[in-house]
Amino acid sequence: MLRVPCPWCGPRDATEFGYVGEPRRRPDPATTTPEEWRTYLYERSNVAGWTTERWYHRMGCRRYILVERDTVTNETRPAR
Amino acid sequence: MWREHELERRHDVVIIGGGIHGLATAYYLARNHGITDVAVLDKGYLGGGGSGRNTAILRSNYLTPEGVAFYDRSLELYRGLAADLNFNVMFSRRGHLTLAHSDASLRTMRWRAEVNKASGVDSEVIDADDVRRLVPLMDTSDRARYPILGALHHPPGGIIRHDAVVWGYARAADSLGVHLHQDTEVTGIDVAHGRVSGVRTTRGDIAAPVVVNATAGWSSLVAAMAGVRLPVQTFPLQAAVTEPVKPFLRPVVVSGTLHVYVSQTARGELVFGASVDPFASYSTRGSLEFTEGLAAHVLQLMPSLHRLRLLRQWAGLCDMTPDFAPIMGPTDVEGFLVDVGWGTYGFKAGPVSGEAMAACIATGTPPELIAPFGLERFARGDLMGEKGAAAVGH
Repeated sequence: MLRVPCPWCGPRDATEFGYVGEPRRRPDPATTTPEEWRTYLYERSNVAGWTTERWYHRMGCRRYILVERDTVTNETRPAR
Repeated sequence: MWREHELERRHDVVIIGGGIHGLATAYYLARNHGITDVAVLDKGYLGGGGSGRNTAILRSNYLTPEGVAFYDRSLELYRGLAADLNFNVMFSRRGHLTLAHSDASLRTMRWRAEVNKASGVDSEVIDADDVRRLVPLMDTSDRARYPILGALHHPPGGIIRHDAVVWGYARAADSLGVHLHQDTEVTGIDVAHGRVSGVRTTRGDIAAPVVVNATAGWSSLVAAMAGVRLPVQTFPLQAAVTEPVKPFLRPVVVSGTLHVYVSQTARGELVFGASVDPFASYSTRGSLEFTEGLAAHVLQLMPSLHRLRLLRQWAGLCDMTPDFAPIMGPTDVEGFLVDVGWGTYGFKAGPVSGEAMAACIATGTPPELIAPFGLERFARGDLMGEKGAAAVGH
């Protein structure tokens, strides 16, 4: 199964983590347009290949971490 | 079954994806609208994606009136499909049980039953004793970890042979003049001045004024070739099958709480499915975590199955949308249509999707049945909200 390299705890089994997904920048609610907001809510790049994503180490250090993963092979490596 | 062809340089319609959705679209284009200059392209073999990896369950007990009307038309087409295609698709009406393990889910079942009945679909909430009568092996005691309080019983639901549906549509489309191309991967989509003009493939280019994206797993990547962004995330969904045993399980049994659904095939094998994997991926490798969790959940429902052995497991790719409803119809690129975002519920919608997409192509406007599923609903903030009925219940 997938091993997720946690920068604090080392490589751990993916079952210890919660998957958050690709990091996105939340638009400022005060100035955003409805279209911009909905793009932020719904659109994902859905990359096939290496991508950087956020995981939450819920059964470990309980920190949000960045990990690089190849979404086709599920190979992982620490985010640079 | 169907003929092989050289790749022609132009077609009226090119359909990307040779699964149930693409093949049904081609078939209904030819049969209902007389549009036969159609090519269906698949990068692998026909029915090798979601069409051959699903658990072949059919039902129409959805939560929104739009969903109910849509899936009920599909069930109607499935019921007459063997006669229509002159091909035995082995439809078996079994009845479909969605178990409720909590007051909250019982409430959703009642809601679904009322929505169904208002649309003329046969659904009824039954209690635990009724469940035991339908499935004697089920643990309906109050000692279970998740006691069964009742179920949504949907008698018209059932199972079918999914490969036969693919082959039937392919054979029928071929006999009407549609060209089917396997091992033909689309590598690019040509767009000029906001209009689609053709596709590039590993076997050559095809000019076409209409291109349909009927892929699953790769739908967002194919759409991106035409410059169209989709609100889709791809997740694997795993399934497994046991060794065959004597028939004992008539209905299809679904438990949303336990993330599992079970049916027994005509051969006697039990087919198990679950919810999607916990993280997005394009990998179709099975995992031990899945089989462990699956076995635990199945045994909570039917403890006496503990000596049954699994024969094999597999995974298919599901393009999940934010509202658990598909994306169908035109896009901002003229002539480029999508029939995607089918998540975990695409198989049961195959016939009606093909029929509706064919009508959409022939008339230029999406028929009323699929109008609520347009891509523009996301930008408009007008989502469908089908999660209560589409998340695990297959």
